Amino acid sequence: MNIVTYQPSMLLAILPECLLVLLAAMILVADLVFPRDQRSAFGWLTACGFILVALMAVLFSRPGETPEFIFGGMLRHDWASFTFRLIFLLGASVTALFASDEPTDRRFGEFYFLMVIATLGMSLMASSANLIMLFLAIETTSLPLYILAGFRILDQKSVEAGIKYMLYGAMTSAVMLYGFSLLWGFTGTASLYEIARQFQVMDRASLLLGGAVLLVLVGFGFKISAVPFHFWAPDVYEGAPTPVAGFLSTASKAAGFAVLVRVLLAVFPAATPFWAVVVGLLAAGSMLVGNILAMSQRNIKRLLAYSSIAQAGYILVGLAAHSPLGTAGTVYYLASYLVTNLAAFGIVWLVGREVGSDDLDAYAGLGKRNPTVALAMLIALLSLGGIPPLSGFFGKLLVFGAAVQAGVQGESWLIALAFVGVLTSVVGLYYYLNVMKTLYRPGVDEHSLRVSSAWRVALLVCVAGMLFLGTIFTPMFQLAVAATGGWF
Amino acid sequence: MSFPILSFIIFIPLAAGLLILALPAERKQAVRVIALTAGLLDLILAVLVYFLYDLSAGGYQFIERVEWVQPLGISYYAGVNGISVPLVLLGALVLTAGVMVSWRIEDRPREFFAYLMFLGTSVQGVFCSLDLFMLFFFFELAVFPKFLMIAIWGYPKTRDYGSMKLTLYLFLGSVVSLVGVLAMYFTAGLHTFDMLALEKAGFSMAFQQSWFLVVFGGFAILGGIFPFHSWAPDGHVAAPTAVSMLLAGVEMKVGAFAALRVAIMLMPEGARFWAPLILALGTVNVVYGALIALIQTDFKYVIGFSSVSHMGLVLIGFATLSREGLLGAGLQMFSHGIMTALFFAVVGMVYDRAHTREIGELGGLFQKMPLAAIGFIIAGLVSMGMPGFSGFVAEFPIFMGVWRVMPVVAIIAILGVIVTAGYILLVVRRVFFGTLPARLESTVGDISALDRWVVGGLAALMVIIGCFPTLSRMVPLVESGVMQILALVGGA
Repeated sequence: MNIVTYQPSMLLAILPECLLVLLAAMILVADLVFPRDQRSAFGWLTACGFILVALMAVLFSRPGETPEFIFGGMLRHDWASFTFRLIFLLGASVTALFASDEPTDRRFGEFYFLMVIATLGMSLMASSANLIMLFLAIETTSLPLYILAGFRILDQKSVEAGIKYMLYGAMTSAVMLYGFSLLWGFTGTASLYEIARQFQVMDRASLLLGGAVLLVLVGFGFKISAVPFHFWAPDVYEGAPTPVAGFLSTASKAAGFAVLVRVLLAVFPAATPFWAVVVGLLAAGSMLVGNILAMSQRNIKRLLAYSSIAQAGYILVGLAAHSPLGTAGTVYYLASYLVTNLAAFGIVWLVGREVGSDDLDAYAGLGKRNPTVALAMLIALLSLGGIPPLSGFFGKLLVFGAAVQAGVQGESWLIALAFVGVLTSVVGLYYYLNVMKTLYRPGVDEHSLRVSSAWRVALLVCVAGMLFLGTIFTPMFQLAVAATGGWF
Repeated sequence: MSFPILSFIIFIPLAAGLLILALPAERKQAVRVIALTAGLLDLILAVLVYFLYDLSAGGYQFIERVEWVQPLGISYYAGVNGISVPLVLLGALVLTAGVMVSWRIEDRPREFFAYLMFLGTSVQGVFCSLDLFMLFFFFELAVFPKFLMIAIWGYPKTRDYGSMKLTLYLFLGSVVSLVGVLAMYFTAGLHTFDMLALEKAGFSMAFQQSWFLVVFGGFAILGGIFPFHSWAPDGHVAAPTAVSMLLAGVEMKVGAFAALRVAIMLMPEGARFWAPLILALGTVNVVYGALIALIQTDFKYVIGFSSVSHMGLVLIGFATLSREGLLGAGLQMFSHGIMTALFFAVVGMVYDRAHTREIGELGGLFQKMPLAAIGFIIAGLVSMGMPGFSGFVAEFPIFMGVWRVMPVVAIIAILGVIVTAGYILLVVRRVFFGTLPARLESTVGDISALDRWVVGGLAALMVIIGCFPTLSRMVPLVESGVMQILALVGGA
């Protein structure tokens, strides 16, 4: 492990994070200056800020050939953190645009300020190489998200969502922290990569390792809403402001996966057969429970919540395969899932605002009212279902492929996992098709919904992303492979 | 590089579909014209491929290859052989016929024709694939047009049920075989989805025996194999006419073709091991499908179950793994595709005019729509395997092949054909002859000019192939494709 001593050039590696802090400060100032009725300008300001940060990250914060430990080994500057940072920034900017007309009773600047801070936390999560840094990053992400989930303080459901999310989050954080303390206590170091080395020289490691794996998985399982840590998801998604729910289900989930993969691969290489099975069980549980419970939902946000639990299960299949292909599949799937689910939540937000309901029946007749929006929803649902030529297809192909690969090379339980995956995706297709059918059913109202230009741009970005990742696979796949190289 | 004719065949419908979606919804006539133009262009190119395919050279021709995802060995790799050339022609023919019989659709024609075109791209893409990934890509592409076309434009009473059942069955089949395909890819260890390379991968006997059934079974669900056939009649009946034609006429062949191309040709030892089971299931298809068809009171269900029965013959032909059987199966895929498309077209024409499909409420329609009746009768004769029609050319070799392998099966299957004659003749007599119910006297008129072209064209084709099997290049073409399969499978 080569911890580089401090050099000013290290600042370039965290340039995006510095810029995010600056953006957050700017938003607070702008909130004081801007008149209250020009709220949608905030959406544009924040989104453009995120895009600018992403651009800067691509230009100036490229990692080198070998990963570097910077700032005393607190952060690891590698392709994994680079790729995930871009994914978060994309998700955050799309969410900012979707949220730009969100009705709220408070000053709007706070909303975007919290979003930027959460994004900053995610970005640090993806690059943390130290337990303490990791915990701080996770909390920096979580605290703003708790507030965002309960942002509509006059709406009881939203407040309930915020409290529920916080209680669950605090609880699982505590368990995870206990796991961290065990790791620190037995190895005497907080550096993720140092811990692994210490474990290798210890002889009585197996039981301890297993316990630590399980405790740590509780915290990450919550973040990615995998079964059995999923109970918060439907209630929180239903109550939280819709753009926040979209953000939680995509960027926040991706951040959870980023640390999950890094910790499992870096800290517990010695326990790989064990955690692979545990992750496989989580995957199977998530796919089964998520898909089966989603079938009977009538509220679209709850349906998408259960679907997102199921999707977490598919992504975990890639991790359970514990191979470069599997983790590359995880990254690809997360990128694809981000654009897909954000599109779906964007449309849910639009219908919720215009029709005033999140019930499935509110979607009847959308095909006549706004054919283009209905087509976008159709595309998003098909991508969730894994149908080509959309991004979800290739994501599923990669994770199931990785499972089959590991399966034919000897670990045949992974083939069973792949079968569970494909069979539950048939169940998944059932409820996606149900929503699709509703879109084209005759509805009561024939007026078309009002669409703002910010919203339209955001949706266009998502649809273009789904089509791009679903037909031209190579660029994103290579990025995913590069990111995976940063983990191993 | 020469003219990429296969890419044009695959992507003309897609381009037309996108163009149609970009038009304003009011321009219904423009939508129809674009769809028909695309169908005809596709047909012209398919006919060109049919006649330009070099019989003496054989093998895969019109090959195009572009790297797609190089790190995984995925490429866009198109080419056709003697088995797929007729199927490409079939796809183009039925697509064009489907556009023509849907001419008067008034409910959202823009979306209807666009989805129909996407379905066309899907089937042509599968027939032309030489890359397993590409085959899958196009195979699954069909999911949403199929579902939406049945769910939105289908028969109101059963479309919810029929569309969901069909889509889930077929998706189930495809994902199950996807796992098998992935297992083949990783076991071969060649880092390529190129099927020509995978043919030489030399999978072990144990691997082939355990995975063959997964891959074959998954695809054969789309081919309507017993006991996973029940989506077919329900789905076909719920679908609007053009979609029934494409589903029964072409999509079921997509399933059979993929089962042949991927399962049998890449895992021949597995095929030999499981052949008796496929033979048995195919025989059940033939006899059971025919018997169920016999007792249907709904005109369209009769045809729906007849498809199950006829696809059984294709499966039997595959299972013989012999020259005659495979030749017959290849011919049957084409012949049945044309025949069943014609059946469904006529059923649709009758329903549009009489507004009922209950056989008991129909009768004497020959006086009102003679050409449609003649077309139906010709299709009926094809389905009975009468000499002089394409059905005979297809079914006779199948029975020859199966006689060699297992004479009992041949006898049982021939009994199924007798039942076929029974239900076809019954339907013809009850629907087209006898007395015309008074209720239908005023409402039923003759079919339109476009419909005449569809009925006449499809019927003529079956007679031409039936009378001139060699002259029309059909038998030599399929035979050259069969030789390729036999080279892999071994045997005479």
